[in-house]
Amino acid sequence: MLRSSLIKVLNGAKVSPKHVCVTFRAASDVAKKPEKIEVFIDDQPVLVDPGTTVLQAAAQVGVEIPRFCYHERLAVAGNCRMCLVEVEKSPKPVAACAMPVMKGWRIKTNSDMTKKAREGVMEFLLVNHPLDCPICDQGGECDLQDQSMAFGSDRSRFTDIQFSGKRAVEDKDLGPLIKTVMTRCIHCTRCIRFASEVAGIDDLGTTGRGSDMQIGTYVEKFFMSELSGNVIDLCPVGALTSKPYSFTARPWEIRKIDSIDVFDAVGSNIVVSTRTNEVLRILPRVNEEINEEWLADKSRFAYDGLKRQRLITPMLRDNKNELTPVDWEAVLLTVCKVLQQAGPNVAAIAGGMADAETLVAVKDLLNRLGSELTCTEHVFPMDGSGTDLRSSYLLNNKISGAEEADAILLIGTNPRFEAPLLNSRLRKTYLHNEAQIAVIGPKVDLTYEYEHLGNNATAICNVLNDNCPFSSTLKNAKKPLIIVGADLLKRADGAAILSLVQSIAAQTCNKVEGWKVLNILHKVASQVAALDIGYTPGVSKIREAKPKALILIGADEGAINKEDLPEDCFIIYQGHHGDLGACMADAVLPGAAYTEKQATYVNTEGRAQQTLVAVSPPGLAKEDWKIIRALSEIVGHKLPYDNLNEIRDRLDEVAPHLTRYGEVEGANYFKQAAQLLQEDEEKTLDDSPIDLKIKELQDYFMTDSISRASPTMAKCVQAVLKQKESKY
Amino acid sequence: MSGTLMKFSNLVKSNYNGIYASIASNGQICFYSTTPPGTPPAQTKTKFGPLADEDRIFTNLYGKHDWRLKGALKRGDWYKTKEILLKGSDWIINEVKTSGLRGRGGAGFPSGMKWSFMNKPGDGRPKYLVVNADEGEPGTCKDREIMRHDPHKLVEGCLIAGRAMGAKAAYIYIRGEFYNEASNMQVAIAEAYQAGLLGKDACGSGYDFDVFMHRGAGAYICGEETALIESIEGKQGKPRLKPPFPADVGVFGCPTTVTNVETVAVAPTICRRGGVWFASFGRTRNSGTKLFNISGHVNTPCTVEEEMSIPLKQLIEIHAGGVIGGWDNLLAVIPGGSSTPLIPKNVCEDVLMDFDGLVAAQTSLGTAAVIVMNKQTDIVKAIARLIMFYKHESCGQCTPCREGINWMNKIMYRFVDGNAKPAEIDMIWELSKQIEGHTICALGDGAAWPVQGLIRHFRPELERRMQEFQKQQCAASN
Repeated sequence: MLRSSLIKVLNGAKVSPKHVCVTFRAASDVAKKPEKIEVFIDDQPVLVDPGTTVLQAAAQVGVEIPRFCYHERLAVAGNCRMCLVEVEKSPKPVAACAMPVMKGWRIKTNSDMTKKAREGVMEFLLVNHPLDCPICDQGGECDLQDQSMAFGSDRSRFTDIQFSGKRAVEDKDLGPLIKTVMTRCIHCTRCIRFASEVAGIDDLGTTGRGSDMQIGTYVEKFFMSELSGNVIDLCPVGALTSKPYSFTARPWEIRKIDSIDVFDAVGSNIVVSTRTNEVLRILPRVNEEINEEWLADKSRFAYDGLKRQRLITPMLRDNKNELTPVDWEAVLLTVCKVLQQAGPNVAAIAGGMADAETLVAVKDLLNRLGSELTCTEHVFPMDGSGTDLRSSYLLNNKISGAEEADAILLIGTNPRFEAPLLNSRLRKTYLHNEAQIAVIGPKVDLTYEYEHLGNNATAICNVLNDNCPFSSTLKNAKKPLIIVGADLLKRADGAAILSLVQSIAAQTCNKVEGWKVLNILHKVASQVAALDIGYTPGVSKIREAKPKALILIGADEGAINKEDLPEDCFIIYQGHHGDLGACMADAVLPGAAYTEKQATYVNTEGRAQQTLVAVSPPGLAKEDWKIIRALSEIVGHKLPYDNLNEIRDRLDEVAPHLTRYGEVEGANYFKQAAQLLQEDEEKTLDDSPIDLKIKELQDYFMTDSISRASPTMAKCVQAVLKQKESKY
Repeated sequence: MSGTLMKFSNLVKSNYNGIYASIASNGQICFYSTTPPGTPPAQTKTKFGPLADEDRIFTNLYGKHDWRLKGALKRGDWYKTKEILLKGSDWIINEVKTSGLRGRGGAGFPSGMKWSFMNKPGDGRPKYLVVNADEGEPGTCKDREIMRHDPHKLVEGCLIAGRAMGAKAAYIYIRGEFYNEASNMQVAIAEAYQAGLLGKDACGSGYDFDVFMHRGAGAYICGEETALIESIEGKQGKPRLKPPFPADVGVFGCPTTVTNVETVAVAPTICRRGGVWFASFGRTRNSGTKLFNISGHVNTPCTVEEEMSIPLKQLIEIHAGGVIGGWDNLLAVIPGGSSTPLIPKNVCEDVLMDFDGLVAAQTSLGTAAVIVMNKQTDIVKAIARLIMFYKHESCGQCTPCREGINWMNKIMYRFVDGNAKPAEIDMIWELSKQIEGHTICALGDGAAWPVQGLIRHFRPELERRMQEFQKQQCAASN
């Protein structure tokens, strides 16, 4: 564990020397701003805070110092020595990444001494680095390549190549996601630091000394993390590359499209790399508010599911009870007939990946047909104010806000797998902010230590009634945070639990302006937009209404099945994968996946973001809202929008924040929500244990129609299960 | 490596700039206009050594007497320790400053000043003294003699040095291979506890002090002070970045001073006999007595306590029975343990064995482990073997050391056979310069210097071998 228990013993002491810089930085924010000091970078004066490193000071005036081991989100290692720079009056060059500046220092980032030091380090790094750039996947986006061009010598003097050659290192097996070519490793230890600091697994380390030093797990072991793919981005050379992407493309051949991830409710920003209408890989895009620069494995590697099990043509169930391909005209006319016959007896269920445009189009259509039965697959208690007040169903304090919390209570959620990048924030808070964390729910490995308060509703009551020590921690905390999982609210007593949690949140008096204690963590990307647009969470209403026609918009989680519906109910499935929903459908309308459409998603914070078209939908598949729009015209209730701008105007009408991309529309009606919920009749608590759907790593990889179709994800599940059998 | 490699520039950062300026310029000391307290008196002697028996500090260096508490008391250890402790930290530090004692681990940083860094106003964290007994430098065997034959000197030294810096406890990090030494030390510590000399109310002074032993696992790099701290904490022995210096963030995150065994062990005697007495030996700024280890091609290799600034020739002739084959058969001497550059015979004639004398000869006193090589030595092979040692002991953390020393090692072994081009001599010189000063700790420097020494003084020998190898190759191909 990086967080030394000693910190607590030695009050105020700055321990953990390797992370001292981080602690100092954090501390300097809290303490009153100390006076700035002046230093000179290449004779350019710059004012910086005390404790700033040379490298950071240089960055402030736009001078980038080359580095391999330094990474701003990881602890400083200072071992690659690439960032050596000359400081006037110092006999030796200093490591810019680790050395705090002193008043009046004159730093020379381009002097002869600096250049010579860089050239020397570069030469040493290349001594044992194989010259296999032509067959290396990192080629073209390799730090070592780029920096040796910029700072290295123009010729080799490695005479020993004729006598003893270069070092070779056996490759490690880190699982189905990370391909290793350890001979290329330059021992920057970024991967080790990422694993132990961010991912929270201490499996990676170094063995051996000197030139025999190796990065590895000592005993062969799968990199058991949901964030493992990030080491591929971190590796400055081609030692760790993506296994699914290996030998696929060169970076200069691919087209890069900025987009949004939809595998969880975090809404990580991504870059989709494509070539010839094929998604080749997905990389994270920096967004400090959401995913920093990380990406969870499912979001990164499940893209191969986009090419399998796809619905590429409209289908209708024939008299042999089999789905047969038909053309669009046939399917639309059939569906139209069904809808006209059903009249107001029509319902719709939105799945986890439905976009806001489609949601609003479906709702408009159903409303015009006279139905109000638009539901989401995922349940949320409708008692009291229900989903009328946004603050009741958002992660109100924002993802980045979690970093400042000092006491955190997680109720009925496993953020590690439901929102890996929120969990990495929580871990950061735990490490650097000394946050006290407690959990009510199943005991799961969250990569940080927490106090387990129980596994049922009684534990929540205990916190409310001061029956456990953590309640005072929570109430005395300056910035307390309560995160409630969507799984928990699904239960029959979800409303009662929500009411309890609201009372706890109300007890923690708000000491900091703008700080919001109560947070709901959703599991799917569509939920917040659906609730914003006015969908009813849960399908119980549909069960009661017994509709004649049911539209499933990518609803594949089996919230409803044929037995729940009347015999003559016609099921229309619109989506991109042949999964559970398509199996029970009578008509299939092939839609587009998130990489194939420009669509709006609202993440669990309430932040609207949009995906862009990276590739076109396969076969006859079409963008989802356009299908609904076409259908509406045939049905005779033409929806009044013909293009994206017009449907977005409609979104804007429904809820203006849906088109304010990148921004969070806050909500702050906690008191009212709590009042309304309490005014409701007496609620009974069910004291059965709280259960979660995803408890362990093997449950994480295949959770939706895309990842269930992904061979890579299947391999991951297998690898985890195999690793669990291993005695290591 | 017992701190040999810990160089001045590593220790002194701009905080102490004033001090740096006054000491580091070789030999030319510029004193303050009015002498501050704790300044050693100027030396008036011009001839140094041999040391008289009554001036020896380590009176049981050869294990002829009882090393346990009873014998130690007879030799004057633990005599009036309580009174020394009661005089307080300022007095002890002042006395050490007056003595002019410089760190005996190799870097030669003034001990009094180093200890005084610990007396900054505290923030509630405990302070620790760490004694570096990881004596791994090839050629060095002085701390071992202290620990097996005079362990009470070290235990008492820990208490006094600990008192001087207000430390709560001392950790003695002892080299893993020193099994008997660790055993003797442990016995001595136990005896001291039983006699009430350590522990709560140590020596009846009202000062609580503990001494712990920690055995290493045989890595040379763990003798580097920050790697040693990591090792005590149970981590891989890899040097830390500085700053923060151990005096701010050391062992377990607390202020720490790491000192060599010999430095600590001489402190009680300095306090008893006075700093002025200690300063009366050796040249100004190089004062005191010192344990010299003489090994290699001498008739009687030995460890001996001698006065600083004794001429090298005299040291070898008096104590080691002269060079095998006579003085004229001398080829070169490594004067301060394996990491210091060698000096050829003509320099050895009149060089003085002290910090400044050897720096003037482009080498260093290091741990004062004199390795003598006569003309029967394959000097290139000898240095190559040393580089192999450094290659094996490099921790692998930072690039120049990990890759550079491995490369130098390959080249050096080709030089042994002469299987190289003369241009590669300049290349290896440049490589050594690319390593030196570019690493986290000073192991890289220590590996670079022997090569630089060899090239500085034995370039003709290297070139001769290359020519010979060429000739052989030609002859073989014809």
